[in-house]
Amino acid sequence: MAGKAATPLLDRGGREASDEVPRPPRSVGLGGQIGKIVALSVTVALAVWAAFPLVQQRQWLGLGIEIAVVAVICYVYLSPRRVPTKYLLPGTLLLIAFQVVPVLYTVGTAVTNFGDGHRGSKAEAVVAIQTSSVTRVAGSTEYALSVATRGTAGTGPLVFLLVDPAGAAFVGDADGLRPLSGATVNGGRVTAAEGYSLLNIGQAAARGPEVTEFTVPTDRGAIRAQGISAAYEGQAGRLYDADCDCVRETATGAVWRADDDEGVFVNDVGERLAQGWKVNVGFANFTRIVTDGAVAGPFAGILVWNLAFAAGSALGTFALGLLCALALHSPKLRGRRIYQILLILPYAMPSFAMLLIWRDIFNTDFGLLNRMLDLDVDWFGGTWSARIAVILVQLWLGYPYMFLVATGALQAIPKEVGEAARIDGAGAWQQFRRVTLPLLLVALSPLLISSFAFNFNNFTAIYLTTEGAPFPADNPGAGGTDLLITYMFRLAFDAQGAQYGFAAAISVVIFAIVAVISAVAFRRTRAQEEVYS
Amino acid sequence: MRIRTAGVVAAMGLALAGAGCGSDTPSAEPSATAGAGGSLMIWADDKRTAALKPLVAKFGQELGVTIEIQAVSEDLHPKFVTASQSGNPPDIMIGAHDWIGNLVQNGAIDPIQLTDAQRGSFAEIAVKGVTFNGQVYGVPYAVENLALFRNTELAPQAPATLEELVAAGKQLKQSGKATEILSMPVGQVGDAYHMYPLYTSGGGYLFGVKPDGEYDPKDVGVGNPASIAAFEKIRKLGEKGDGALKRSIGHENALSLFTGKKAAFMISGPWSIADVKKAGVKYEIEPIPGFAGAKPAQPFVGVQAFYVAAKGKNKAIAQEFVANYVTKPELAKVLYDAEPRPPALTAAFDQVKASDPDVAKIMDAGKGGAIMPAIPAMANVWDPFGKASAAIVGGAAVPATVTAAGKSITDKIK
Repeated sequence: MAGKAATPLLDRGGREASDEVPRPPRSVGLGGQIGKIVALSVTVALAVWAAFPLVQQRQWLGLGIEIAVVAVICYVYLSPRRVPTKYLLPGTLLLIAFQVVPVLYTVGTAVTNFGDGHRGSKAEAVVAIQTSSVTRVAGSTEYALSVATRGTAGTGPLVFLLVDPAGAAFVGDADGLRPLSGATVNGGRVTAAEGYSLLNIGQAAARGPEVTEFTVPTDRGAIRAQGISAAYEGQAGRLYDADCDCVRETATGAVWRADDDEGVFVNDVGERLAQGWKVNVGFANFTRIVTDGAVAGPFAGILVWNLAFAAGSALGTFALGLLCALALHSPKLRGRRIYQILLILPYAMPSFAMLLIWRDIFNTDFGLLNRMLDLDVDWFGGTWSARIAVILVQLWLGYPYMFLVATGALQAIPKEVGEAARIDGAGAWQQFRRVTLPLLLVALSPLLISSFAFNFNNFTAIYLTTEGAPFPADNPGAGGTDLLITYMFRLAFDAQGAQYGFAAAISVVIFAIVAVISAVAFRRTRAQEEVYS
Repeated sequence: MRIRTAGVVAAMGLALAGAGCGSDTPSAEPSATAGAGGSLMIWADDKRTAALKPLVAKFGQELGVTIEIQAVSEDLHPKFVTASQSGNPPDIMIGAHDWIGNLVQNGAIDPIQLTDAQRGSFAEIAVKGVTFNGQVYGVPYAVENLALFRNTELAPQAPATLEELVAAGKQLKQSGKATEILSMPVGQVGDAYHMYPLYTSGGGYLFGVKPDGEYDPKDVGVGNPASIAAFEKIRKLGEKGDGALKRSIGHENALSLFTGKKAAFMISGPWSIADVKKAGVKYEIEPIPGFAGAKPAQPFVGVQAFYVAAKGKNKAIAQEFVANYVTKPELAKVLYDAEPRPPALTAAFDQVKASDPDVAKIMDAGKGGAIMPAIPAMANVWDPFGKASAAIVGGAAVPATVTAAGKSITDKIK
C-alpha cells in the first residue's frame, strides 16, 4: 500500500543518482549549447557590472566572494562532468544567499544593540554630536560668500571672499579673517578681486566637500560656509575630548562620559546624548525577553493563543478543503469544473487586498456581515469574537489551497483500495476514516506542518485586520489577537524607534519555537508513514 | 555609470567571443565627461516628485548641476535612515518635521544655518516645527493641521462648541438626513493625532513645555488628573454616550462618510479637500470647536520640510539649494499645486490665499495649534495614547485606562 503521490518523486531521484557515474559526456543539442553560452555570458556580464562599484568602494571581501562564485559557476557548467552538481548548484547558491546568510546575520545582530541611535561607529556618533552642536554665534555677522582661490580653479588652495551687510569686503583662510582691498563688490558680494580667481557655481560645486570642510578661525569660533553663497560665524557647542573619552559642552563645562558597554555618552545623573553607537551586548537582548516584565508578562498567554491560531488555521482549512474535495471527487457530479473554479477563486486573489476587505466586512456599524445578518456584534471589540473573526478569515483565505492539494491526493489513491474495503464490509464512514484519510495524511502531513509553521508567523493576517485588537484597557502592550510576531514587532519597532538587535533576538526565539514544533511533528509523521507504507 | 555600462558591454562581448560564438565584439563607447558641477539627488514621495521634476531641472541649470529627483513611495523615513547608515544617502530628503528627532539621533541630517531674513520669510510656527534642540534642521515648505469640515447643506450653522455639534448631528440623525453625528477616525487601535484636539480642549497635554519653548520628555501629561478629566469628556462622546465617536469609523471610511453625506461634520486636514470638492459636497472649513466652557481645541501642526543629508556627497550644493531655492515662492507654489497644503513661506501663502480661500481657512484653524512634538520620546506616545483613546471611546473605565497608558509611556522614556 504505497502512497502513490510520494513514490514517483523517489523513483526519479533514485534514477538520477545512479545515472551519472561512468557515462561519457552527453551530446547536447545546438539550442542547449547556445542557451548555455548566453546564460553564462549574462552571468559574467552581471558579475563585471557588479564588480565596478565594489572596486570603487574598496570592498575586497565582497569582490573576492563574487569572483569565487562566478569561478565556481563557470567551472561547473563548462566542464562536461559533475552532472549532479549542475542541478544542485543554483539551489545551493540561492539557499546560501537567501537562507543561511540572513539567518547568520540575524543571529549576529541579536547580540548587538543595533537600532535607532545605535547604528554607526563611535567615530560617526562623535561627528554627529559635534556637527549638530555647531550654532551661529549670537549677534554675529552674516556674510555673502564667494569661493575663490589664489591658484587654479580646480586645485588651488581655497579662500573665502566675504562681504558683510555693510558692504565691507574680507578675505578669510586658515590664518583668519583680514580686510580685502582691491575687490569689486557687486550686488552685495565680491565679483572680482586682484590676485584671486573666483570659482563659478559649477567649479565650487565640484569642490563641494572642501567648501563644507573649510573654516576661517575667529575669536569666538569659526566662519563656515552655508551652501556656496553664504557664510556664518559658528561655534561647536559640544566637543569630544579623547583624553577623558567624553563629550564636553563648551559653554557650561558639562561632561558626558563614553559608556562602551551600552554605546552611549552618559552624564553623572544618567542622562544620555541622543547619538550613540553600535556595540556588542552579548545575551542582553535574550535575557531581556525573560526578565523584562513588559515583555515576559503576556508572553505565555500570547503563545497559547498563537498555537491555537496556527493549529486552528491549518486544521480548519484542511478540514474545509478536504470536505470540498471529497464532495467534488464523485465522478457523477455534474458541473464539477465550474465548482472547482469557483472554489479556487479566493486563492487567486491577492491576500493583502482580501484581508483589508475582510476587515471592513467585520466592521461593527458599516460591515457587510452585521448588516446582512442584522447583527450587532462588536467583532474586533471582544477578545473571543475577534479571535473567531481572524480564524474565519484565515479559513476563507486558506481552504482553496487545501482543496487543491486534497483533490490531487485523492485522485492518486487507487480505486481498488476503496473497493477492497467495501468488499470487506466497510461503510462509507469507515472507508474514509480507516482507508482514505490515513493515505491522504501520508501525503499531506508535511503540508499541514508547513501550513502550521507559516500561520504561526502569519504577520499580515493580524496586522491588516485587527492590528492585535482588542487591547485590554489597562495594558496597551498585548492585544487579544496578537501573535508573538505582531506583539514582538510592536515592542521592537513602535517604542523608542527601531531596535533591530532586540527584534533579531526575538526572531531567533520564535524561530526556535517553530523549529522545535516542526521537528517533533515531522518525526511523528515519519512514524505514521512507516505504518501505512 | 558610463564606465560600468561600457564594461558590461565589453565583458559581454568577450564572454560571447570566448565561448566561441564568433559574433563581432562591440567596441566600448567612449566615456562621456562628467558634469562639471556634479549632481544632486533628492528623495521625495510620489506626488511631490512629479510636481518638482520640471522645476528642479530649471534650478539645476541655474546652479550648473544636474538635479535628480527620485520617488520613494513608501517608508521614505526608514529608507533614508538606512541609506544614511550605509553611507549612501541622497543629498536632500523631503519629509515631515516630526522625523527630525529620530533623524538627528541617527546622525542622518545636519543643522541648516538660515540667515535672519530667510528665517523671517517663513510662518513662525513652521520655523518652530523644524527647530530641534535650538537648531534649525530643515527648510519648511508647507504646514498642515486638522480642521472641521462642515456640510453646509446639512448643517447651515457653524457649531461654536462640541456640544452644539453633537446636538446638530443628533438632530440630523433623527430626521434621517444623516446616519452619523461626526466622522472622525478612531478605529480599533485609536488615532492619537485626530484625538489630540479634543484631548487638549478637555484640558490634557502630552508633554510639558520647557522654558526655551521645546517639549520636555520628562513631563508627561498622560495619566495626570487633567488628562483623566479630558478623557471623561471624550468618553461621553463615545459609544456609551452620544455616539459621536465610534471605533467603527477609521481611516478607511471616515472620508467616504462625509463625501457620501452620511455625516455632516468631519475632522480632517487639507489632504481631504480635493476629494471633498470632487464629491460635490458644499462645505465650509472651520476651526475644531472645543467643549463648552473648556479650553480651545488645539490641533497638531505638522510641517513638511527639506532636509540636507549629513552624509550626502554634495552637501555644499544641497545647502545652497535648500537655503536659496526652497525659500523661493515659485517652488512653494508648485508644491501647493500638487497638493493644497498651506505654504510655509509667507509670500507664497499670500499668493495662493487670493485664489484659494480654503488654504487660509485651514491656516486659521491651525492658529493656536500645538506644533507636533519631534522629540524621539513622541514615538512612545502614539501607540499607548491611541489605544487608550480607542478603549475609552468603546466605553472602558477612564482612570484605569489613562493611568495605564501614562505608565506605559513613562516606562519607555529613558
